[in-house]
Amino acid sequence: MNFRDRMLDEYKEILKTYIHDQTEQALYMSQKFSRKSIEYKISPEEMISLHKTSIMDLEPDLPESLLLSLDILLEVMMSYGLAYREHQSLRTIQRELINEIEVAASMQQTLLGTQIPRISSLDIGAISVPAKQMSGDYYHFVSHENGAISVAIADIIGKGIPAALCMSMIKYSMDSMPDDSQNPGDVLERLNRVVEQNVDPTMFITMFSGLYHPDNHTFYYSSAGHEPGFFYHAETGTFEELQAKGLLLGVDKKAKYNEYERKVEVGDVILLMSDGVTECRTEEGFLEVDTLIAYIKKYIHLSAQDIADKVYKELEYLQDFQLRDDFTLIILKRTA
Amino acid sequence: MMDSSVKIINEWDIVAARQLGRNVAKELGFGTVDQARITTAISELARNIYLYAGQGEIMIEKVESGTKKGMTIISRDEGPGIPDLRKVMEDGFSTSGGLGAGLPGVKRLMDEFSIESTPGKGTFIQSVKWLR
Repeated sequence: MNFRDRMLDEYKEILKTYIHDQTEQALYMSQKFSRKSIEYKISPEEMISLHKTSIMDLEPDLPESLLLSLDILLEVMMSYGLAYREHQSLRTIQRELINEIEVAASMQQTLLGTQIPRISSLDIGAISVPAKQMSGDYYHFVSHENGAISVAIADIIGKGIPAALCMSMIKYSMDSMPDDSQNPGDVLERLNRVVEQNVDPTMFITMFSGLYHPDNHTFYYSSAGHEPGFFYHAETGTFEELQAKGLLLGVDKKAKYNEYERKVEVGDVILLMSDGVTECRTEEGFLEVDTLIAYIKKYIHLSAQDIADKVYKELEYLQDFQLRDDFTLIILKRTA
Repeated sequence: MMDSSVKIINEWDIVAARQLGRNVAKELGFGTVDQARITTAISELARNIYLYAGQGEIMIEKVESGTKKGMTIISRDEGPGIPDLRKVMEDGFSTSGGLGAGLPGVKRLMDEFSIESTPGKGTFIQSVKWLR
């Protein structure tokens, strides 16, 4: 016999017990009963009706006025019942949406996937963790025919799904860029035009574009308003910001991007990041640059991927495992 | 079969429509919970007419289909109509205020529900509750 068929008897029993000796046991039984009735989608108005039927049966001499009052209670409960059912259906919709976003997020991971290139003189590591399901950070590597490696890291101002959709466009334009336009400044100029033409004017993208030449061990770079990276001098054990000036992508279609260069010695490390790294917030406020550098320094002797992973772990811990912004960190370490 | 209807012009007509619906529901043998559901649905439909269309009518009919018995509630008005039906049938829309208060609720309270609306011409809603 299912619950709907036996609920009247069960309810009557609880009511009877309670009327007889007001035990906590009976109250507990009614709590269990209410859980069960929610499980079987019994509406509030049905409960009132059930109550009325039960009490009329148990106490036939109740005053008419009391029974009539239950009619009003039933009527009043109608709207609660409707609100409850609406809530149930909205929950179902919410679950469906969450599932859809999960599918989209995993698709984004596939779409935006990039291979970390392998070359003999450079050890490369990268980590990118979204704050929510969809990431607004993006990084990309290209190995050129002449042996040079392009690296790009971008951050969409704005988060979530719109940012993620925009990322796919950036990735597509980077993939369709000819192999001869490797210069970081040119890359940014091209992308700037794409973004300016195709993206909503309220959406901006910051990007750092770099090119590593293994022939002369020089790193060329340009920035479109992106978080400056760090350069670690192995010889002196010091860090320096990789400053570069340039307008955000999508602001002005005529924007030009200066190119900077830096000689990389064995043991030197280039660190590129999104603002999710530098603007990592703790209870005491923003993370100080010195603190960040101290963490990096602690692990600078490790392999590139290990540096990225360990620094992420430290900052994750520092923020109580709650990322407020997408986190991306790329490490290029000259090994030979 | 006797069909009956109530013209909805002012708020008191909502009460008359409810009363008519309750009488028919009782006559057919609907229990108190279903009576409350049917009258709540009538209330919602009549209120929509009163609030958004200005005037219209609620018609109550007994229906039979094979061995099934039940009642049909029809709401008809010549008001401004509903431009986006999908929207008014969405949960959470009516509660945030605006047109077509509680149509998803009416759909839930009844067993069958259909709606036609032409902007500028009016709205026609038909819903059925079957006796179990």
